[in-house]
Amino acid sequence: MEYTIKENSFRIFVDSIGNRTMEVIHNLGAIAIFFTLAFLKIFQRRQLREIIQQVFYIGARSSNIVMLIGLFTGMVLGLQLFYTLTKFGSEGVLGSVVALTLIRELGPVLTAIMITARAGSAMTAEIGILRISEQIDALYTMRIDPMRYLISPRIAAAIVSFPLLTAFFDLIGILGGYLTGVVLLGVDKGAYFYRIHTYVDIVDIRGGFIKSLIFAVLVVTICCYQGYFTHLRTDSYGAKSVSISTTSAVVFSCVMVLISDYVVTSFLM
Amino acid sequence: MDTPLIVFKDVTKRFGKKIILDGANLAIYENQITTIIGKSGSGKSVLLKHIIGLLSPDEGSILFRGKPVHEMKKSEWDGYRSRISYMFQNNALFDSMSVFENIALPLRQTTDLGKKEIEQKVMSRCEQMELTDALRKYPAELSGGMQKRVALARALVTDPTIVLFDEPTTGQDPIRKNIILSMIAHYRKQFGFTAILISHDIPDVFFISDRILLLWDGKIAFHGTYEELTRLKHPMIDEFLQSIEGLRDELTGLLSKEMFRSRYALTLSGGHVDTTITAVLFSIHCDLLSDALGPQAAIEVLKALGEYVNKYCVPLGGFSARHSRDNILSILPHIGMAETVQLVHDIAQEFKTKALPEIESLACRKIGVETCFEIWVTAGITEGSSNDTIEQIIEKAIVNQEIIAKYQCGKEDGSQ
Repeated sequence: MEYTIKENSFRIFVDSIGNRTMEVIHNLGAIAIFFTLAFLKIFQRRQLREIIQQVFYIGARSSNIVMLIGLFTGMVLGLQLFYTLTKFGSEGVLGSVVALTLIRELGPVLTAIMITARAGSAMTAEIGILRISEQIDALYTMRIDPMRYLISPRIAAAIVSFPLLTAFFDLIGILGGYLTGVVLLGVDKGAYFYRIHTYVDIVDIRGGFIKSLIFAVLVVTICCYQGYFTHLRTDSYGAKSVSISTTSAVVFSCVMVLISDYVVTSFLM
Repeated sequence: MDTPLIVFKDVTKRFGKKIILDGANLAIYENQITTIIGKSGSGKSVLLKHIIGLLSPDEGSILFRGKPVHEMKKSEWDGYRSRISYMFQNNALFDSMSVFENIALPLRQTTDLGKKEIEQKVMSRCEQMELTDALRKYPAELSGGMQKRVALARALVTDPTIVLFDEPTTGQDPIRKNIILSMIAHYRKQFGFTAILISHDIPDVFFISDRILLLWDGKIAFHGTYEELTRLKHPMIDEFLQSIEGLRDELTGLLSKEMFRSRYALTLSGGHVDTTITAVLFSIHCDLLSDALGPQAAIEVLKALGEYVNKYCVPLGGFSARHSRDNILSILPHIGMAETVQLVHDIAQEFKTKALPEIESLACRKIGVETCFEIWVTAGITEGSSNDTIEQIIEKAIVNQEIIAKYQCGKEDGSQ
């Protein structure tokens, strides 16, 4: 008897893992198809105006916050690294360490996370509301493909905006490091920029941009997908489903950014 | 009868375990207004969404001009959908766009029209829907009624040949309800589209409908004309009509048709069997008025006439109801012919002195002072016996109809 109960519990446990795994695989497949369809529709007619609008929203309107975060990230890096490097008598390489950290790692990751928080959540909420108020159905009835009209311009805009904002982040971050390292703590100005010039290679910059492109695709696809299919949620309905979709989109995007960061870095190294 | 435009063949739709459509069979005919009625939650909107492809049946098929839509090629499917427009129950307006942008959106996104042409088309629709003052406003800044009109303008801006209206008059006052329904009837006549309506606005919606479909327990329980519906004595239909038809007609304040029938039956069985009754059939020409002055003026004429008929008939023990869009029948059980003639004369006098000037100024505001238009109100007086049905009384009264009040290009006239 006891054996049967144990066997049943084990079976239920394995079943639940199996179901969960299948669900994850199904969702990943659905997201991949969703992205492919939307990506292909970027190149259809009447898209330029919508793409420019989205570049303004995702890119231009996120630039202030991205630069602010970049400045303080660079400043704190300069501060921390100065005292660490001083212990080894190598404060002269501060510029290159700050620049490489930002260009290779922190720039793409923090930019992606900031855009997720600022524009990604808004995307999910907006598309989710369009869905629950039947505005997406209304587009369909007007023969306007909702994927083409709502999703494709956002994907195109993210692909354009993420690398640009990452570049801004890196640049301002390096200036932040300069402020603390050179202006406040007295590192030699020439050495700071000379080391950056010497040690930062085009491969590092290319790696950073590859990451930012991958993050762009991940963040925008996850956020749009969550909003677009908010009505299919079984855990909540209406406004609640939009709020849960928004939270899920932000959390899932951040997690995926960090996981993919590790994977991509391991390939780039 | 013609070949149907759209046919549902044993269409079944389930959401989870709940069966919404259970082998529904129906036919929609070209250039007709078909109204779908049924209890709330009975699947009327689901049925409508199947026509435009927002939902697809689990079983059965939908045919367009005899061809199953699921077998159509992409180009055929696009062609089919380009003819259909849909007006949502909750309007589904884009709340981040202005009224103008909302109406222009389908033209901008699906046609190659230039900026000027789009502007002209949108402005023309907005003028027809009295939305010119709200062009720059956002949906959230508009009343429910105005939002409905924006949705209607958006549905009609692409000149569709099939228009699906999901409760187009919900949330409107009685005058606006009738204006919207008149507008649908008017545009149907003008542009020749096929309209499929979901509405609970009885009797008004019946007056403009060519065919009525009753959706009951997932199936089409009745299809036919309004006359066939009222003649059909079926407990299910009686239950349904009684549940949604009020005691009074919202627009005119007269009795509802069902109440009128009950009062009539009561009058005949109430000891007045030997006495003949007098009846008056008042008529205006809504279609002509609507063409000349616009739907609002036509509705105002009808409303005013209803009010005066009520005002004069009720104190004399009479009762009245609208029997079609522009006919009001009054039964006067306790007075003779001579008094009835005097009563009709009094109604005509008050209508001419009070209602016509107001309607004239309304019409002048709408169409301009210099435009000539005419309004006729006719009345037919008849005597009926206890054996006569309401339909027979109407037939007799129609024969006796004469003009009792008339307005023609700035001069009022009346004769009796």
